[in-house]
Amino acid sequence: MNSSVPLPKFPQADIAANGGAASSDIALEVHDLTVAYHKKPVLWGVDLAVPRGRLVGIVGPNGAGKSTLIKAAMGILPLSSGWVKVFGEPVKKNLTRIGYVPQRESVDWDFPVSVKDVVLMGRYGHLGLFKRPTKRDRDIAHECLDKVKMLPYANRQISNLSGGQQQRVFLARALAQESDLYFMDEPFAGVDAATESAIVTLLHELRNKGKTLLVVHHDLPTARDYFDTLLLLNMRVVAFGRTEEVFTHELLQKTYGGRLTILSEVAHEVGQRGGNPRVP
Amino acid sequence: MSRAAKTFSLLLALAALSVATASAERIGDITENSLRDQALRFFTFQDPTVRYALAGSILLGITCGLLGSFIVVRKMALVGDALSHAVLPGVALGFLWHMNKDPIAIFIGATLAGLLGTVTVSVIKQTTRLKEDTALGMVLATFFAVGICLMTMIQRLPSGNKGGLDKFLFGQAAAIGPEDLRLMAVVTGLVIVVIFVFYKEFLVTSFDEDFARATGLPVRVIHYGLMLLLAFAVVIALQAVGVVLVSAMLITPAAAAYLLTDRMSRMLLLAAVFGMLAGATGAFFSFLGPSLPTGPFMVLGATLVFTGAFLFGPRHGVVTRWWRQRSRAQRVQRENTLKSVYHVLEDREFKGEGVSLRELAERRRETVEDARHQAGQLRRHALATLHEEGNLIFLTPSGWQQACAIVRNHRLWELYLTNAAQIAADHVHDDAEKIEHVLGEEVVRELERRLDYATTDPHGRPIPSWADFRKGAAPASRADDSVGYGGPI
Repeated sequence: MNSSVPLPKFPQADIAANGGAASSDIALEVHDLTVAYHKKPVLWGVDLAVPRGRLVGIVGPNGAGKSTLIKAAMGILPLSSGWVKVFGEPVKKNLTRIGYVPQRESVDWDFPVSVKDVVLMGRYGHLGLFKRPTKRDRDIAHECLDKVKMLPYANRQISNLSGGQQQRVFLARALAQESDLYFMDEPFAGVDAATESAIVTLLHELRNKGKTLLVVHHDLPTARDYFDTLLLLNMRVVAFGRTEEVFTHELLQKTYGGRLTILSEVAHEVGQRGGNPRVP
Repeated sequence: MSRAAKTFSLLLALAALSVATASAERIGDITENSLRDQALRFFTFQDPTVRYALAGSILLGITCGLLGSFIVVRKMALVGDALSHAVLPGVALGFLWHMNKDPIAIFIGATLAGLLGTVTVSVIKQTTRLKEDTALGMVLATFFAVGICLMTMIQRLPSGNKGGLDKFLFGQAAAIGPEDLRLMAVVTGLVIVVIFVFYKEFLVTSFDEDFARATGLPVRVIHYGLMLLLAFAVVIALQAVGVVLVSAMLITPAAAAYLLTDRMSRMLLLAAVFGMLAGATGAFFSFLGPSLPTGPFMVLGATLVFTGAFLFGPRHGVVTRWWRQRSRAQRVQRENTLKSVYHVLEDREFKGEGVSLRELAERRRETVEDARHQAGQLRRHALATLHEEGNLIFLTPSGWQQACAIVRNHRLWELYLTNAAQIAADHVHDDAEKIEHVLGEEVVRELERRLDYATTDPHGRPIPSWADFRKGAAPASRADDSVGYGGPI
């Protein structure tokens, strides 16, 4: 059974290219990770080492385990086997260095909180029990709201926002976490074009500051433009590496299986644009 | 129309509810001849029973309101219901411990039974394919059945002081003793302190569980902590509200608060106040007659508050919304009338005096009667005066200004659509008809800038200028004592 599935490509070459495989250069290390829901494996034997300062897109078909992978990496989900290290230490020890943008639909947007309250939640991890947000925390939340251009909405209740605005609020909350490693679950789902390009700009800014980002993404054609590194996932790691190396017809075929409609669309896109991916 | 019908039926329901309350008073009247004496006894607080009952009801109202707020935003209303039914066997067992209505034994028994119920639900949910609502429904009924069996058995026992045990089903605030009250005060204090101290943890786990977990919060511990407090709240509320209705005291005040505010902190405060009000109402009404249960009156009191929030809430209230819509529709209608008056005047190049109802009716393609009604509306808002037995309309200065403004909005928007959006000039009128009523001053200024302060609309008609506004008078305006005008500039 095992032999029929090709072994995941372990990105040794990448690490070596980055100047030595010292563990401190690895932001996220996942070893032999298996996650199962009701005894059915969703992720199986995932090995992964993400170097620092990468903007990684996680792509794969529906049910490939993309969200499961980032949730398991953060320790939200119980692991059936394997371990996860963040900056060379177990996840639990480095939680404050992790920022998270969950799927927008995962919360009730009628909840009685204001935009500001939600962003302030990003500071809770740094506060610990009993302590209330200080002036400094409020200032940070304020800045983060400004960064995503949502300051005018600070005192609004969150239900009065559009999809793109809601996503910006979640991003501001993640920024307020002031982390080094970010996990984002479909931040581009259901947002307007302006928000999409604003988010892309923000992701590149964060990457340029040396932050590491893992972003679940559902749109193949743009994945090529947005991310410098791609993780092709379908229950197992199909490929992981620089976008220009990994975004090939065979690997995508392997990831998406027989879903030819998507593939022919992508092939069309690739054919039209030719050669190098365009990075905004 | 259907909206109005809905509103009406709601009002009827409200009326029926108040009649029901009134007739309940009459029941009290029949059973207790001196209703007034009872009310007087209640409000003078001289009777210790009254003081215990009232204080207990208020305390449980606060506790239920605070915890209920979290129950509502976490969508756990059914859990509250199941928990409250699940405590009944614990009450019976707590009684059997000493064969006595010992508050502490009953408290411990009931809390344990309640927690056992919630754990059972979790186990069913996790080990089978059944979903939570099914598990809740089963556990609720089973525990309640066991409780009823035990209660019936106790009633048949020859020994023991069984007085007041039957009150646990529908609640009797008058049965609250000093020991019960002490327990209630302790639990209420605990709930207030815990919610105050762990407010941010409760908030973030209620809003976004995954995020809370990712920041390292012990989400499960917080959840069970909340369930434990909930069990406490249910148990102290039992005596006054009764097993059957206690979940309504958790949910209804919080639901009313949810409709009235957009902030969790304010929701907690409001729910506590509403819970207090409902508690006091229940205690009062049940005191009026000798064997009136407290629980139903408390729940009806809470429902009355909820109905009020539902109908008259400042933002989401049904009546409020209807009223707001109506006044907006009326304003639009007035503005349209003003616009028509302006058009009539414009057609005759602002010469002549006033606008007759016939002219207005022709312009608006309405009957003269309709025009008369419209003119009356303008007069009522001091936008016009009527002369010659109401047949001639003269705009007041503010009426003239509003007319200019609305025509200006309309024509600026038409021009903007043809210029900027490149829509054909004969396609822009309908859109401008709608937008003219909602353009704010800021947008109008922006339009002016973008249109380079144009003076004519796409149809070649002049756009009323600020000079026309300032003039404040037109051929169609006449104060009662003065006649005579110049044309517009």
